[in-house]
Amino acid sequence: MSFDATSWSPRSLLPREDGTQGALLFVIAVLAFLACLSAIGAIASERAAEGWRDQLIGSATVLVRASGLESADAAAARAAETLAGVKGVAEARALDKAKGDALVARFIGPDPLPADLPVPRLVAVEFSSKHPATSADLRGALEADGLDATVEDHSLWTAQIMRTGALARWAAIGLFLLIAGAAGALVAFATRQGLDARRDLVEILHYSGADDDFIAQMFQARFARMAALAGAAGGLAAALAGAGLHIFGRGQSVAAIVPVSWTDLIAVLPCPLVAAAIAAVTARLTARAVLMNAP
Amino acid sequence: MVAESTPERGSPSRSPISALMSRNPSATVAPIEDKSGDNVPAVRFHGVTMAYGAAAPILRDVSFNLEQGSLHFLTGASGSGKTTILKLIYMAEKPTGGRVEVFGRDVTVLPRQDRPALRRRIGVVFQDFRLLEHLSAFDNTALAPRINGRRAADYRSDVAELLAWVGLGSRMDARPDALSDGEKQRLAIARAVVNRPELLVADEPTGNVDNAIAQRILRLLSELNRLGTTVLIATHDEDLVSRSGIPVLHLSDGTLTRFDRGRRGGR
Repeated sequence: MSFDATSWSPRSLLPREDGTQGALLFVIAVLAFLACLSAIGAIASERAAEGWRDQLIGSATVLVRASGLESADAAAARAAETLAGVKGVAEARALDKAKGDALVARFIGPDPLPADLPVPRLVAVEFSSKHPATSADLRGALEADGLDATVEDHSLWTAQIMRTGALARWAAIGLFLLIAGAAGALVAFATRQGLDARRDLVEILHYSGADDDFIAQMFQARFARMAALAGAAGGLAAALAGAGLHIFGRGQSVAAIVPVSWTDLIAVLPCPLVAAAIAAVTARLTARAVLMNAP
Repeated sequence: MVAESTPERGSPSRSPISALMSRNPSATVAPIEDKSGDNVPAVRFHGVTMAYGAAAPILRDVSFNLEQGSLHFLTGASGSGKTTILKLIYMAEKPTGGRVEVFGRDVTVLPRQDRPALRRRIGVVFQDFRLLEHLSAFDNTALAPRINGRRAADYRSDVAELLAWVGLGSRMDARPDALSDGEKQRLAIARAVVNRPELLVADEPTGNVDNAIAQRILRLLSELNRLGTTVLIATHDEDLVSRSGIPVLHLSDGTLTRFDRGRRGGR
């Protein structure tokens, strides 16, 4: 077939990728996979922490002790009735002794407690979702009714859960930065290698009047394209892994603690773009720095 | 054979290179616009010394001017410093002493960012061709227009005609490794002249071609010169030099021993 100059269009001045660039593509894909997994994990743990916090701040536990002639059970029943009348409380119910004992059993063992041991009774309080009552409201109502009770509003647990959620978020951000840094270093190394391997091409371009930007742009485009492809592959693999965890991992180990939902998989969508952006910026800056020493 | 066009200053311009090599004798092409002022030499060497590392200087106190629009041969034995002079002109090297000016710009102190613009006014034919092996003959030739930011549609036909003229019309999509040395030589020349540079430096451009092709190449370079391009041709082909009547700069042991006043082509 003869050459048709009228349909000619400029093609890349860089030679096609060789085997080493295939290896680079694989490594970037693996890094993208890990970055996406960490993002999915961070989103899932953040969501789980929010859920736990919502559950905790939506309820309180009241410990009611016997006082005077009134038994603990009677005091608990009265406390439940009092608390149910507090504005902002949706439900208050006294837990029967068996449930209270079951809760204590995990700390002191399964043997029955002595009958004369003054074990407090528990009252579970559920707050209204709109304008929930505060711990002070509950305490005030209990004092007004002369009840010997302690309100545990779960704030200690809530703070710990939020700290854990924040820790997971920062760990994911740190991991992402580490992976992005590794990917950037890899692209920088590959760019230097590429410039070194194509020294002849770079010289000819310079002597033909190309400026550093023209040459850097070629490497930038090459590595951005490659990273976008690797990012898409790594992101897809992470999405599949997340989907697998969602479908097959229910109630098991990590999946039980950090349940992955379908919406969490959206985290992989920007992966090709982010990978391409990291590669483009790194390749351009590296190429420009290297070319500064060219004649 | 190539019909020689008659350049006329200020005459209307066709696409630059296609007019230059047109087989139509009535074809006209505008001479190169002087961007540097009439009195500025295209190249000025002033007391230039050049040494590679600790070795003995390859150039010693070399001084000369190449007026704009001049045509010269640069002769001398192998190792006499011909290629070094060309390298200093296209800024591949910096002299260890003295001053090199190209179109009035002292390239020894020229900021890096200003070099590309100056280099775009210079065409270079390398002794070892330095073709890009992964690109076709067409892509190699189209390099300079691409770097200049021209649209492909504006230079496609120029490139095709130029390649046809240098005898590579049927090898446009061939890669350099499929070309003979003579074909590579012609391709290297096509790449250097496609943008009609104001200054053309050619290192042994006839070194790998037979006599007929050498004459044809010389005619192309002369045509470019007539249109205003300053041409400096490094060669060791004494026959070619003596037959052509083109003025000579001769180097011997790194010193300029002969400098014929140049004839001016297009001006």
